[in-house]
This record gives sequence, C-alpha cells and structure tokens, in this order.
Amino acid sequence: MRLDCPWCGPRPVDEFVHGGDAGKRRPMAPDGQAGADEARAQRRAWLDYVYRRNNPAGRIAEFWHHSGGCGCWLVVERDTVSHEIARVRLADPEADRAVQARDPGRNEP
Amino acid sequence: MRYSLGALLRHAVAGHRHWPALLRRPEPRAAYDTVIIGGGGHGLATAYYLARNHAITDVAVLERGWLGGGNVGRNTTIIRSNYLLPENIRFYDHALRLWEGLSQELNYNLMVSQRGALVVFHTPAQRDAAVRRGNAMRLEGVDAVLLDRAGVLKLAPLIDGSPRARFPVLGGLFQPRGGSVRHDAVAWGFARAADRRGIDIIQNCEVTGFRIEKGRVRGVETVKGPIAARRAGIVVSGRSSQVTALAGLSLPIESHVLQCFVTEPVKPVLDTVVSFGAAHFSVVQSDRGGIVFNGDLDGYNSYAQRGNLHTVASVASAAVSFMPGLARLRLLRHWGGINDMTMDGSPIISRTPIEGLYFNGGWCYGGFKATPASGWTFAHLIATGEPHPLAAPFTLSRFETGCVIDESGTGPHPGRH
Repeated sequence: MRLDCPWCGPRPVDEFVHGGDAGKRRPMAPDGQAGADEARAQRRAWLDYVYRRNNPAGRIAEFWHHSGGCGCWLVVERDTVSHEIARVRLADPEADRAVQARDPGRNEP
Repeated sequence: MRYSLGALLRHAVAGHRHWPALLRRPEPRAAYDTVIIGGGGHGLATAYYLARNHAITDVAVLERGWLGGGNVGRNTTIIRSNYLLPENIRFYDHALRLWEGLSQELNYNLMVSQRGALVVFHTPAQRDAAVRRGNAMRLEGVDAVLLDRAGVLKLAPLIDGSPRARFPVLGGLFQPRGGSVRHDAVAWGFARAADRRGIDIIQNCEVTGFRIEKGRVRGVETVKGPIAARRAGIVVSGRSSQVTALAGLSLPIESHVLQCFVTEPVKPVLDTVVSFGAAHFSVVQSDRGGIVFNGDLDGYNSYAQRGNLHTVASVASAAVSFMPGLARLRLLRHWGGINDMTMDGSPIISRTPIEGLYFNGGWCYGGFKATPASGWTFAHLIATGEPHPLAAPFTLSRFETGCVIDESGTGPHPGRH
C-alpha cells in the first residue's frame, strides 16, 4: 500500500501512522449547567465519539500522519476490502485548498 | 458412530470405504427456537454447549461459507491463560481447563498438546511486570513459573541467549499448561458433536437481515429464505460490525488484519510456545514441523485477509533477532486474518438493546484459545438470558459505565492492543 502525500508524493505506508476514523467530530465539553436530559445526551455523544465505530467493509475516510515525512495529518479515503486508495487530502482544509490550487489535477481519477 | 480403536480396525479391514459422513447437511427448516449466526469455532462451541449444558437442541447454526474456512483455521493454534487482569485470567483458564478434556468429551482428536507457553523478558522493567503477572495468575490458582536466563535457554535453545544478542535474555514467565491445539479439528469436532445432538449446521447460508418487531427479535432473513426464531446469537468475529449493522447496532470495534506465517517443515527444534518480549512475535512448531509465527497488526482497518510488506519485514527481523536459526528457513505460506479489535482489547459477550438478540465477538488476538469458554458462557447467556458469572464483565455496556478491561492499558486505540 502506498499513500500519495500531497506534499511528498507517493510513499510506502510504513512512513505513515494510522490515526483512525476521520468521520468523528469531538463533542462539546460538558459545561456542568446541563439538565438531566441534556447531560444524558452529552454522555451519549461522548460514548459515540470515543468508542463507537462504523467500521465499514468498503470505503472509509481516516486520518494518517506522515510521521516519516512532512509531518502533515492527512485524510485518506480508502477501501478496507481491496486496500485501494481513492483520495488523499491534507486534514487542514486551508492547506489542502492551497495544494489543490497549486496542482488542480490532483486526485482526479 | 463413535471413533475408537475397534472402529479404526473394522474400517481398515474394509479398506476405509464405509466411514460415515462427519455431519448431516440439512436444509434449514422454517423455524427454530434459537439460531446461531456464524459457524466458526465459537458458534459451533455455543451450539454444542446449548445442547450439552442446557438441553436446547432446536437450534440452527448458519454459516456463510464452509466450516473451518474462517478465523478458526487462520490463527496460530496457541492456548494459554497467562493474563494479568483477574477477569481475563479466570475466563481464559476456564477455557484451558475445558481444552484439557475436550478430545475425549467430543470423541474427536483435537491434538491438544500442553507443551507450555513461555513469555521471555529482556529488561528489568519487563521482569517486574512478569513477576507481577505471574503472581496475579497464582492468586487465581493458575500455574506460572518464573525462569532465569538458563531456564529459558534450557526450554528453548533456539533463542539467542548470548550476551551479544540485540535484546539479551533476562528470563521468562512460563505456563506449563499452555500449548497448542490442531485448530481445524476444533471446528469439525464441535460441529460433529453438535450435529449428533440434533442441531442443524447449515453451510453456505448467509444471513442478510433480521426480523425485529417491537424491540424483539423474531427471526432472520437468509439467502436460503427467512427463518423464524425466538432467540438469535451473533458470533461472527471478523464481520461483527456488518452483521450487527443489519440489526441497526454499532459496536466499539474496529477490524484489523493480523498476518501469520509458516515455514517449511523441519525436525523438532522447538517444543514449547514462545513469545518474544522485545517486539510482538509469538512462535510455535506445528506437529508437522512447520514453524508457525505471527507479529503485530498491520495497524489500519482492513477486511482484506492479507497485509502489507512492511509488517512482513518487521516480523521477519524480530524472528531472526530472537531466534537467529530461523533465518535459514524458507517461508511456506503467509496469510492474514481479520481481528475484530475492541476499544479496550477484551472481548464482548453480551445482551444487546434488542430483546432475544445476543452478541459474542471482538476477540482481538485472543479468540482461538477462548473457544470452549466462549461457547460455554455464550450458551449460558442465550439459554438463561443472564450472563454467566465468568463472562459478566465482558458486557457491551462496560464502555458506557467505564468498567473497561484494558489488559495493556493503551486506551481506546484498537490497533494498539
């Protein structure tokens, strides 16, 4: 498996560290002011964020860290059955837009 | 028929032409009391213990592929109960005690070989951890012996014990009752024993959906048509998230690939199970002579049953730094198995929010050795509706309550357990 890092180009997967499901959003920290129902909803949100995973057999969006290269965090869209990589972008949207502007053909099939 | 020396002699005289089939191959009926989804080692063990311990035989085991085609045939055949946390020690030692009499009970030779399981340590800190683990085991009445360097090298002379080794050996924690089991015989042995008690084992029968009414399971949809059932057990490690998703449940599980390897067969050189302390590497010599070993997970979600080359390289380097003699051997085969890794590294045997629907999975690396205890406790849960005391800590709700069982202390990072 090779990942096409937007800065560094195609590199072997052992230069990268897997960072897990990129589909999760960190919930707001509990503020202690919530009523009982709201507090329960906050606990559910944290349970979902920390522990529950869709774990698809197929396309997944996940974080990878290019620890052995440029040090950027990437979002990789990958097939968990075939290991095919569909798309790699920088996790920082602003930096990703800058890379796209530099190389508009990137990630086109 | 019962397998015996007499039966062997009778069939030998007849030229081995009249051995009866191991199993019936029934078509599914329209309804059962209980369906078990997944005909792997754990599913078949569950079916067997439903019949043996609870006299429930109106049961179908539904298997998508064929018996022995999944993880029960893809592991490295090791059994042991050398854990640290009491919940794990008790559970896995129950499995080990069941393994000890299982060939006789099932009347099927599982080739249970208690050749011992040795974990080697290389630093003073690892020695302290091994002493602590050994004491935790002995407190639970489980055998554990602390060995010094000489003791380790006497047991496994293949290990590089020289002071110039990359990771010098300080000693090891040895469990004499650990060992290995012929893994595919486990599937066939449990299947035959369950079949003989009247349970239908249905192969090539994928479950495609659940019938759920008012929060209660009423049956399953399969490629061979609908099957009504009062109770259903999902036991499909490697595909847990997909099958539970059919019932609208999401799990604290990620699926990862673990690669295993076997070399060409050689004469006996290693008569115990050995784990390297400096990297993730476990090795056993099969009865046929192949050196069977595995390393770490590849480290990313995968259902591919094959891994990447960098893991092959790191496992090979661990192998030759620990046992330099292995460098002379050629690999015969290597393969991947899909491990359903939970968020705390411990399995799940639990009720679900849907009444009558039970879940068993998330076995991480520990599935094969647990097979009989997994079946024993899951059958208890399905039959009585109450968790077996040994499996009660492994409930799905532990992630909500905070009572996680995190043996390695790595937190909710399933790829690192």
